[in-house]
Amino acid sequence: MDRRRFLAACGIGAGGALLPGFVGRAIAAEQLVEPVDVAVKKRLADAGLSAATNAGASYCDVRVGRYLRQFIITREANVQNVVNTESMGVGVRVIADGAWGFAATNEMTAEAVANAARLAAAIARANTKNQTAPVRLAPTRGVGEVSWRTPIRRNAMEAPLQEKVDLLLGVNAAATNAGASFVNSMMFLVNEQKYFASTDGSYIDQDIHRIWAPFTVTAIDQTTGKFRSRDGLSAPMGMGLEYLDGDAADKITAPNGVVSYGMSYDMTEDAVAAARQAREKLTAASVKPGRYDLVLDPNHLGLTIHESVGHPLELDRVLGYEANYAGTSFATLDKREARFQYGSEIVNIMADKTQRGSLGAVGYDDEGVQTKSWPLIQDGKLVDYQTTRDQAHILGKDASDGCSYADSWSTVQFQRMPNVSLQPGKTKMSAADMIANVEDGIYILGRGSFSIDQQRYNAQFGGTLFYEIKNGRITQPLEDVAYQMRTPEFWNACSAICDESDYRMFGSFFDGKGQPSQVSAVSHGSSTTRFDGINVINTARSLG
Amino acid sequence: MSIMTETEAKAILDKVIALSTADECTAQLNGSIDGNIRFALNNVSTSGVVSNTDLAVQVAFGKRVGVATINEFSDEALARVVRRAEDLAKLAPENPEFVPAVGPQQYRPSQTFSEATAAITPEQRAEVARASIAPCRAENLIAAGFLLDGQTFVAFANSNGNFGYQRATGMDYTCTVRTADGRGSGWVGRNLQDSSRFNAGDDIQIAMRKAAASADAQALEPGKYTVILEPAAAAGLISFMFNFFDARPADEGRSFLSKAGGGNKLGEQVYDPRVNIFADPWHDEAPVMPWDDEGLPRDRLPFVENGKIANLIYSRYWAQKQGKTAVGQPGNLIMSGGTKSTSDLVRETERGILVTRTWYIRMVDPQTVLLTGLTRDGTFYIENGELKYPIKNFRFNESPVIMLNNIDELGRPVRVAGDESSFRMMIPPMRLRDFTFTSLSDAV
Repeated sequence: MDRRRFLAACGIGAGGALLPGFVGRAIAAEQLVEPVDVAVKKRLADAGLSAATNAGASYCDVRVGRYLRQFIITREANVQNVVNTESMGVGVRVIADGAWGFAATNEMTAEAVANAARLAAAIARANTKNQTAPVRLAPTRGVGEVSWRTPIRRNAMEAPLQEKVDLLLGVNAAATNAGASFVNSMMFLVNEQKYFASTDGSYIDQDIHRIWAPFTVTAIDQTTGKFRSRDGLSAPMGMGLEYLDGDAADKITAPNGVVSYGMSYDMTEDAVAAARQAREKLTAASVKPGRYDLVLDPNHLGLTIHESVGHPLELDRVLGYEANYAGTSFATLDKREARFQYGSEIVNIMADKTQRGSLGAVGYDDEGVQTKSWPLIQDGKLVDYQTTRDQAHILGKDASDGCSYADSWSTVQFQRMPNVSLQPGKTKMSAADMIANVEDGIYILGRGSFSIDQQRYNAQFGGTLFYEIKNGRITQPLEDVAYQMRTPEFWNACSAICDESDYRMFGSFFDGKGQPSQVSAVSHGSSTTRFDGINVINTARSLG
Repeated sequence: MSIMTETEAKAILDKVIALSTADECTAQLNGSIDGNIRFALNNVSTSGVVSNTDLAVQVAFGKRVGVATINEFSDEALARVVRRAEDLAKLAPENPEFVPAVGPQQYRPSQTFSEATAAITPEQRAEVARASIAPCRAENLIAAGFLLDGQTFVAFANSNGNFGYQRATGMDYTCTVRTADGRGSGWVGRNLQDSSRFNAGDDIQIAMRKAAASADAQALEPGKYTVILEPAAAAGLISFMFNFFDARPADEGRSFLSKAGGGNKLGEQVYDPRVNIFADPWHDEAPVMPWDDEGLPRDRLPFVENGKIANLIYSRYWAQKQGKTAVGQPGNLIMSGGTKSTSDLVRETERGILVTRTWYIRMVDPQTVLLTGLTRDGTFYIENGELKYPIKNFRFNESPVIMLNNIDELGRPVRVAGDESSFRMMIPPMRLRDFTFTSLSDAV
């Protein structure tokens, strides 16, 4: 589900909102903070494990999940919707006769979980008819009873609703006072309370938190009928409400005064800047198409990394399992063998599920594998992919990379993208230093439209803010900019990367994959990066 | 009891309404049984059935609204869900745009239910997978596909005395077939209410032919071309544009339907005079429920008539504010056309490009609804009425508004599902002049 469909589901699109867009019971705010006793979860899990074993399963995992969400949707001085949902239940996955089977129940009783385990075993046996080779699981060590929690300072679910509503309405008022014609702001909070148990001897209790506070400011020139929007420059994060503290130490100011944010976000300040910049966009010069050196801010580059590196290196896509929907990948297995030159020699891209503050950070994945980080692209060469336990053997690996995830207790876990991040440059360099060396370029900040083909070759990206660079100086704002690229050429045109002091995270909160589709959240870190000679098109059209 | 009868549903809804002490109460039951089977690499990968019934209760105290949902229906559970909705409403901030629930309405039923679809069994799903995979295996092709079928019911009532109940079915089948060497790819999609009209064995032949025929693609220069968009290829662009037929952004000056100087383009000529788009809950092939999300009755409603904007979509709040009468919001999108099939259009084309399917469509500029996306799974060059050779996929940057001013000919509308649209659609194949391709893609 993309953001547009999500917003429609939340009732900001056409139509009313009797039913919120997510499966789950709507609950009172105070119930969002009551955890389920870990002993209860262990009892349910054990019922599933023993029923599966008795039914002849060679492997079983049980996920007892409680998924909480709070969404606050506002525009100008109005709160349009507050939605609290809870979804709780148990998913049981087994291997029997070499095939997978899965069943889930929302009945939180030992008997219901045992029944689900038996059903999963029966489904597995039925699936053996269609199986050409038995499932091969990479070994993973049982870890006993352990727990992991997103290192948050303040649980956003616990904060009074009024405080969060006041923050958003304050943001809207600040933008309006600064000249915005319209402003929509939102807060999305997610808390996954996940308990995982498996026949390998793991009992893993995890408490995972995510936050996203996007806004869109629109400026209108009624005389000409022209309108332009500027989205917030925040990132969704694996953090608590402390992300919205607006700590000045986490700001980075670009050479032209545009403020970007790291691990702390000042939403009000950004909204005031957005109102000014949205108006500036109404009269900005229209870009002349051609080849330019692009200087890409991390809050923009994250989406390009996501689409052109993260997705093509998902092993299930590479193998053909997603051919009918998301597609396959140009980065085929033979390219890894040949150490394919994916990017220039300064391009080093790591996968990880551990980075503090990131959306992908967990202690263990959804099949009990302890998380880690590992290289995907080293010195520009393709070296690895993303795997789950049943895929590791295909690459000759003896352990999974820990990329298993399910978006609910009721959905079956499969391979999802970890955080995929471009490593900062080793030489000291700020965005200002980088821009000073560009003769004819465009500086792009923030996310815009994005589209890429089903094998991840040809992509086109827009952005939020565009600035012309001439002879090392930022000269004026630009509009109607989009760049087109072919993935390997683009990454091989990477000529400079700023150092770690410029490193920030971008995030995708609703990344869709699979049929039926599941969403996941993932971060992409980078420093400001330069790409030489990229094809820029002008997107202005006239409707006559 | 995922699918309740009208009597069963009404009994529960009446209890809920009686339990509420709020100024108003609306209750809605949604039940569904969905089945699916997914296959890839000529093997079934997942298959399942999901049943669920939810009760949603929305109450209001003045302009404070609360919603709660539950999926059990004992008297205690009903009391709990009503209390929870009322507690939430009391905590909620006032919504200045609150509009009271609708009064009693008359709904003319639409024929949204087909017995055959409701009766699909796991064995039939497995047979669809087999009928898709077996011919591909035999010809060294690789199939990946998905079948989703289901039946639903909706029942709702409110404290103003309104009530509605209806059942529906639907199925959607898609299959991508690739050559073993990965140089060719074809696709077929079928969206139906009545599965007895579905034959996977026939449909798979379309995808297989396109897969085999699309290997050895040649590169054409990007530029403006005459194209024939198959209905599935056109649907993504047209449904995307239809998301912006909402009156409020148009009136606020932030839509392609806003007018310079203020106001919207209602009544203005925006498209070629052959463009007619309407919604109709009773449409023979693509019927939808006769009410919208808020219980307003739907009616046959033209949105584009002879290329002019005939209606925009008004929420009840915005209608009230603008002095308009709100009517039920559309659930389907019917575009009129002619009588010719895609093949007929190809036969009458001197030079052009046939596009099977479009992919990853995103907004580039909302001012002009400029969209970008790619062709996929079967793109061919047409010369003198024949598919001459396969061509490499293109990226397009095109506005459906401009595209629907460059119509050469419209064919016979076909029921299609959009990749990312919730509208049920009837879209004609269309031959268009000067469709803008901006770059080549190496993707197959």
